[in-house]
Amino acid sequence: MPDKKLTVSASPHVHSVPTVTGIMLNVIIALIPALIASVLIFGPRVLLVCAVTVGVSVLVEYISRLVMKRHNTIGDLSAVVTGLILAFNLPVSIPLWMAAIGAVVAIVVVKQFFGGIGQNFVNPAIAGRIILMVSFPTAMTTWTAPFAYKTGEAVTTATPLAMQESELPGMLEMFLGVRGGSMGETCALALIVGGVYLMIRKIISPIIPLTFIGTVAVIMLIAGKGDLQFVVYQLLSGGLMLGAFFMATDYATSPINFKGKIIFGIGCGLITSLIRLFGSLPEGVSFAIILMNILVPHIEHLTTPKPFGSVKEKKSKEGASK
Amino acid sequence: MGSVNLDGVLKAVKQVRGGVAVSHNKNTADSEVVRLPVPDKVVLPMQQHIGAPCIPTVKVGDKVKVGQVIGDSDKFVSAPIHASVSGTVSAITEVKLPNGVISQAVEIESDGEMCLYEGITPPVVTGKETFLRAVRDSGLVGLGGAGFPTHVKLRIPPDKKVDTLIVNAAECEPYITVDYRECLDNSWDILSSIFTIKEILGIKNVVIAAEDNKPEAFKILKNIADHKLDKDDEVRLMVLKSKYPQGAEKMMVLSATGRKVPPGKLPADVGCIVMNVASVAFIARYLKTGKPLVSRSMTIDGSAIAKPQNVRVPIGTNIGDIIDFCGGFKAEPGKIITGGPMMGLSIIDTNLPVLKQNNAILAFAEGDQKVMKERDCIRCGRCAAACPLSLMPTLIERYSKAKDVERLEKVGVNVCMECGSCAFSCPAGKPLVQYMRLAKQVLREEKSKNA
Repeated sequence: MPDKKLTVSASPHVHSVPTVTGIMLNVIIALIPALIASVLIFGPRVLLVCAVTVGVSVLVEYISRLVMKRHNTIGDLSAVVTGLILAFNLPVSIPLWMAAIGAVVAIVVVKQFFGGIGQNFVNPAIAGRIILMVSFPTAMTTWTAPFAYKTGEAVTTATPLAMQESELPGMLEMFLGVRGGSMGETCALALIVGGVYLMIRKIISPIIPLTFIGTVAVIMLIAGKGDLQFVVYQLLSGGLMLGAFFMATDYATSPINFKGKIIFGIGCGLITSLIRLFGSLPEGVSFAIILMNILVPHIEHLTTPKPFGSVKEKKSKEGASK
Repeated sequence: MGSVNLDGVLKAVKQVRGGVAVSHNKNTADSEVVRLPVPDKVVLPMQQHIGAPCIPTVKVGDKVKVGQVIGDSDKFVSAPIHASVSGTVSAITEVKLPNGVISQAVEIESDGEMCLYEGITPPVVTGKETFLRAVRDSGLVGLGGAGFPTHVKLRIPPDKKVDTLIVNAAECEPYITVDYRECLDNSWDILSSIFTIKEILGIKNVVIAAEDNKPEAFKILKNIADHKLDKDDEVRLMVLKSKYPQGAEKMMVLSATGRKVPPGKLPADVGCIVMNVASVAFIARYLKTGKPLVSRSMTIDGSAIAKPQNVRVPIGTNIGDIIDFCGGFKAEPGKIITGGPMMGLSIIDTNLPVLKQNNAILAFAEGDQKVMKERDCIRCGRCAAACPLSLMPTLIERYSKAKDVERLEKVGVNVCMECGSCAFSCPAGKPLVQYMRLAKQVLREEKSKNA
C-alpha cells in the first residue's frame, strides 16, 4: 500500500504537450522575424514602441484582473502577444503615449471588459489600432521612409497603396518590406516565415490565411484585368500578410470549425478588397477582420457540424414534433 | 507493416474523424502472460457488468470450487458470477468499485487447491438458443473494458438484420497489450470462435480489425483471415491507422462498413456486432471446456511498477497483490488506474478486487501524469478538431454551465462516448470529459424537472 494519498481525477490521465502559455510563446517566436526586419528597416525606435505596448498591455492586464478579483492571467503571455501585434500595427513615429493608449484600449476595454482571454468578441490589437486611427489620424498615417533612421532626417513617405504607379517600390523591396507602412506589416518574407512556423507547429490552421489571401488575389486579378503585377503589389502591401497570418487567425475571434474558417477567410478577403478598391481609406485589412470578428458567432451557428450519426435536420424535426 | 503480406487486407471504408496521437507505450508487448500464484483471498463484486447486479447464491461458510456460480440475477441484462478460487466463503460484504458504485461482494478464502467444480462440462450447443444460453452461463462480459454482457449483445432482436461481425483487436489505449497477446497466443481460439458465431448467428461477413502498429499480431490474424473453411465465407482482416480512439465501437463500425451508428442506437441497428478479440477467444475455450470466466489477462505497467508485465489473474484478486507480484512499486505512486490512461478510472487505493472487464492496472510515479491546472478556454478549437463524433466540447461546457437544455440537446451531448480526445488535446487543461458527464447529468436533471 502506498503511504501517500493517490490522485483521483477524471480520465484521460495523459495529456498532449501544448499549453496556453506554450501556444502564446510560439506566436511570440513567430513574430520575431518580423520584429527583426522591422528594426532593420525602421530603426531601434521599433523596440521602444514594442516595449511600451507590451509593457502597458501586461501591466493593465495585471491591474484589471486584480481590480476584478479574478485569477491572474499574465502568465499565459497572451497580453505580450497582443502588445506585440498592436505595435506591429503602428507607425514607428507614433508618440509613445498614444501607443500606450492603444494598449489600454486593447487589453482593458476589448479583452478584460468581456471576460479576459478567449472571451473578447473582436481582436484586441485591431480594436486598439482602429481607436487610435480614428482618434489620431495624422500620427497614425505618418509613415517614416525605410532606413530614414540612418541619416537622422525625418523623411516621410506614403504607403504603396496610396502611391501613384510611378513612385512604387520595386517588387523585391515590397517582398522584403523596404517600404513605408506600419512597423511590423511591411516585411512579407518575415511574416510568411512566422506564419509557416505557426502552421508547422500546428498552432494555426492554414485555412484562414489561404482563403483570406486567396480571395484578395482573385478579386484583384479581376479588378486589375489580369495584371499579375498589380495582384502581387496588392498582396504584399498594406497589412494583408500580418492580418492574414497573425490577426485573422486569433482563436477567440475566428470560427472553430473548418467550414466556418473558410467562410471567415473569404469574408475577410472580400471586405479587404472592397475597401481597397472602392473605399475612401487606402487600407482595409483591420476593418475587414474586425467586421468578420463580429460575424463569428453567426458563422459558427451555421457551421456547427452535426453530431456523429445524426439524421438530417428535416427528419429530426419530424421526430421532435411527433 | 514490414514483411507482412497485405494481399486481401481491407482498408477502412471510411476514416475516423479527429482523434489524437497518443504515445503507444506498448512496453509489455513481448511479455508472455504469466499466471499469478493462487491468492489467499478473492473478493467478487456482484456488479461486474453493465446491467442488473447479481445476488449471491452462496452464504458464509459454504465450500465453493472454481467455476461454481456464486451470484446470479434473473434480469436479462446481467451475467452470472463464478468462484475464481476454491475455498470457503468467508464473508458477504460491500466494496466500493472504481466507478464509485457500491456493490455487494462475496469474499472467498482460498484453500490453495484451485479444485474445479464438478458441475463443469462443455455446454451442448445445438442452435442459437443453446448457444446464447451457454454464453450467458459462461459469465462472459465485454473484456475490452465496457463489461457489457456478451449474451445480450449477441441476442439480435428479430427485427434487426446483422450482416457483419467485427472482431476488435485495435487496442488503441496506450500501455495495454493483452489483446495483442491474445492474438499471438490464442489465435486458434479466435478462429474457431469466429466460425461458431458466424454459423450460429448467421452473420455473413467477419472483419478482424487491428491497428498498424502491431505487425506480429497482424501476421497471425492474417493467417486466420486466410484460413477460410469455405469459399463463400467472408472473413477479412482490416488494417487501421494507429490513432486513438480507433477501437471505439462506433468507430469500428464506421471503419469496417462506412455506416454511422445514430445517436442512442447500437451497432446492431446498422447491422453490426463488435466484439473484443479476447471475448471472442474466450467463447471458443468455454465451448471446449465449459470453464466459465474466472480469470483474465491484464497488463500491469506504468512508471511506478517495478516489473511491468502481462499476468493472468483470478477475477476478484486484490490489486495490491497483483502489484506485489510485479515487484511492487519502484517509485512512490501518485496515481493508479484500472484500464488505460485515456478512459481508465483512477482508484483511491489498491485494496480493490479485479473485475471481469479490467484489462490493465497502471501505476504512475508521483509527479508523473500530473493533473493540469485549469485555465480559461482560448477557443483554439483543438477539442472540436479531436472529437471523433463531431461534437464541440467547448460549447457543451458553456451550455452545461448555463443549464441550457435546448442547446445541450441540439449539440448532441449524449452522443459523447467519453473517449477523452478533447481533454487530451486541451491546452487550457480543462477536464472536458468531466464536463461532458456533468452536461449529461444537467440534461437528465433539467428534463426530469420539466417532465
